[in-house]
Amino acid sequence: MAAAISASENGVKDILLLERDQYLGGILNQCIHTGFGLEYFKEVLTGPEYADRFIKKIKKAPDIEVSLKSFVVRLVKDRTLTYLKPGGMYTVRPRALIMATGCREKTREMIHIPGTRPAGVFSAGLAQKLINIEGLLPGKEVVIIGSGDIGLIMARRFTLEGAKVKAILEIQPNTRGLIRNVVQCVEDFDIPIYFNHKVLRVDGKDRVEKVTVARTDEKMNEVPGTSFSIGCDTVLISVGLIPENEMIEMAGVAIDKRTNSPVSKEVNRTSMPGVFVCGNSFKVYDVVDRVTSDSELAGKMAAEYLRV
Amino acid sequence: MSIYNVVIIGGGVVGTAIARELSRYRLRTAVLEKEAELAFGVSKSNSGIIHPGTQHSPGTLKGKLCVEGNILTKKLAKELGIDFKRVGELIVVFNDEEYKRLLELKKEGGILGVPGLRIVKSSWLKKHEPNLSREAVAALYAPTAGIISPYRWVYDFAENARRNGVHIHTGVKVERIRYTKPGFEITSSKWTFYAQHVVNAAGLYADEVARMVGVDDFHIRPRKGEEFLLDKKRENLTKHLLFPLPSKTSKGILVTRTSDGNPMIGPTAEDVDNKEDLSTTNEGLRKVLDGAKRLVPSVDENDIIAYFAGLRPVAGDDFIIRCEEKAPGFITVAGIQSPGLTAAPAIALMVVDMLKKDGLKMKKKMLFYKHRKREVHLFAIPLEKTKEFIKKDASYGDIVCRCEMVSAKEVRDAIERGARTMDGIKFRTRAQAGRCHGSFCTTRIMKILSEGTARPILEVTKRGTGSEIVKGDKEQM
Repeated sequence: MAAAISASENGVKDILLLERDQYLGGILNQCIHTGFGLEYFKEVLTGPEYADRFIKKIKKAPDIEVSLKSFVVRLVKDRTLTYLKPGGMYTVRPRALIMATGCREKTREMIHIPGTRPAGVFSAGLAQKLINIEGLLPGKEVVIIGSGDIGLIMARRFTLEGAKVKAILEIQPNTRGLIRNVVQCVEDFDIPIYFNHKVLRVDGKDRVEKVTVARTDEKMNEVPGTSFSIGCDTVLISVGLIPENEMIEMAGVAIDKRTNSPVSKEVNRTSMPGVFVCGNSFKVYDVVDRVTSDSELAGKMAAEYLRV
Repeated sequence: MSIYNVVIIGGGVVGTAIARELSRYRLRTAVLEKEAELAFGVSKSNSGIIHPGTQHSPGTLKGKLCVEGNILTKKLAKELGIDFKRVGELIVVFNDEEYKRLLELKKEGGILGVPGLRIVKSSWLKKHEPNLSREAVAALYAPTAGIISPYRWVYDFAENARRNGVHIHTGVKVERIRYTKPGFEITSSKWTFYAQHVVNAAGLYADEVARMVGVDDFHIRPRKGEEFLLDKKRENLTKHLLFPLPSKTSKGILVTRTSDGNPMIGPTAEDVDNKEDLSTTNEGLRKVLDGAKRLVPSVDENDIIAYFAGLRPVAGDDFIIRCEEKAPGFITVAGIQSPGLTAAPAIALMVVDMLKKDGLKMKKKMLFYKHRKREVHLFAIPLEKTKEFIKKDASYGDIVCRCEMVSAKEVRDAIERGARTMDGIKFRTRAQAGRCHGSFCTTRIMKILSEGTARPILEVTKRGTGSEIVKGDKEQM
């Protein structure tokens, strides 16, 4: 939304904003905690409030056409986009394209946690969606693997909903999340956080029953004799985010294999002329305010590209 | 009271293939499956390889039924509307000693009647399988080897059998079988069934079911196999299915791919005691990576997107398929490990024959629906076709699973065709099977499943009672 508004403010006349969900705002809608907007608005907002400020602007901008429930299925080199919508398949060929596709969470499968595959293993973001959007409680006794921000925020969220967070496990000596989240979401609620610990197995036949964990050395290997089990019905995975760039990768944009970000010397730019990437799909940001400012820059860059 | 001519115990590929074959005849037939859905036992973790028959000695049931089954699969896949691709396999050898064994395999395959077998040398391999290890000296090429989706195969057999009148009961665990003239009384966790004939296709539990009628001369020993799936980005890793020389207990660590295009490496082969032990291990991962890299050095651990373990139901060296003299009317189909998926259609014909000889009157139906209407998978069709489908039904354009491009319509169709759980939907449609593993689509699918089955969302499960996805709603929060 920030890129679209900025492009419009920089003189672009014909902007199409494609969103695959049924409403604008993306993942902000499920982030009902506060802490958004401190830098950008100098105010404390929740995720939906932060998104709403932009939704209002979008609605007022006559040059921006919004298409919801629109799912891009193909992008080819000349920027021809094909997208599906309930009821139709459409093709557009924009002169400039800005990808603001966000990121996805690393899964249990990516970090190869051994054991069984019962119900009760969730990415932290899915658990957040279940509680905040759907009003469903994923589980009652929770172990969180990894100390990413979503995991820390979900530790508090589960606690507030009456569930017991039995442990947060972090393989590194320090948290991966923001210090304010460690204080406000973990320490204030006396949730045990284990640094230098990793999960060895997940067990349970139909539903998660326990995890086995152990202390790790500096090389992140298990220290023999330190393993113990924690009974739980739910495991949250919060071990990092990956920019979502498969669509442009298939179209031929150079992507860094390690980070899944576009190969680029300059923020928002890609190896393909006229194709820009902004926000968490360009790189994973700590706070949304900086996503907004860099995305506004992307809108401006696209406008400049169109003028040349 | 449910009275049947034939009750089949076990809704895996063997049970459903038999059911479909029996559905040609004027019989009352039922399939009883203890799990929440069909194919949730041994079949769901099958590699999906339709073997040519190169790895079994002449004179074994495995060898004979594998070769026959391969031919039948080609015909049935067409009738039942499922993708079956004969991609061919290569049994690769690395030295002269192994090469000698390869010649024996070729000879044995020839006796069994495996078509098109030939030895190919390293120059051929370099050209036709460029990612194969340069240390490979030769391979036995079997062009009839193919790939199929193992669980969809089961669902397709079952769907067609049901269309032709077979009753399919899921969530029904057989607890007791009593011989009562002139048949069997089968007590289950839900109902009691009566049958003239019983076919025991209970997979890992075939020995326990056999014991219910006093047959106790075989045991099922589970042999665990861990498999690892690679990202579709690596779809072109190999052209053929790659095998090392087989050992006594297994066909070795393979580099293959699923019918949906994901390369797959594995499986391990480890005897275990527990029939429920479906855990994967670090050791398994190491073994599989080592074995796979020996064949294809460029296999990369970072390409793994999913993994699982399955248990092969082993009952000695060969399949056990026989009428039980101790319990007339009771047919055992046990120990159906590899090449069971391939052999299933041939096993079905064999069992039908045995039932005939056993005195069951088999009269063909006037009307038998041979064909099944193929379901739509958007990921498998060109976009121009997708456009037409969306015109016919708008909800084909309502994408639910973004990683695998699955629409709301496909999910609803899967429910209409029998899906009752999140795994059932995954196996049928691929929704939740991609790189995000359901992080984005789980809630939407839960809602569609809840609507489609008219059950509260709290009762939506991963794979049956006890595996509910969530533990409560606002009331509990």
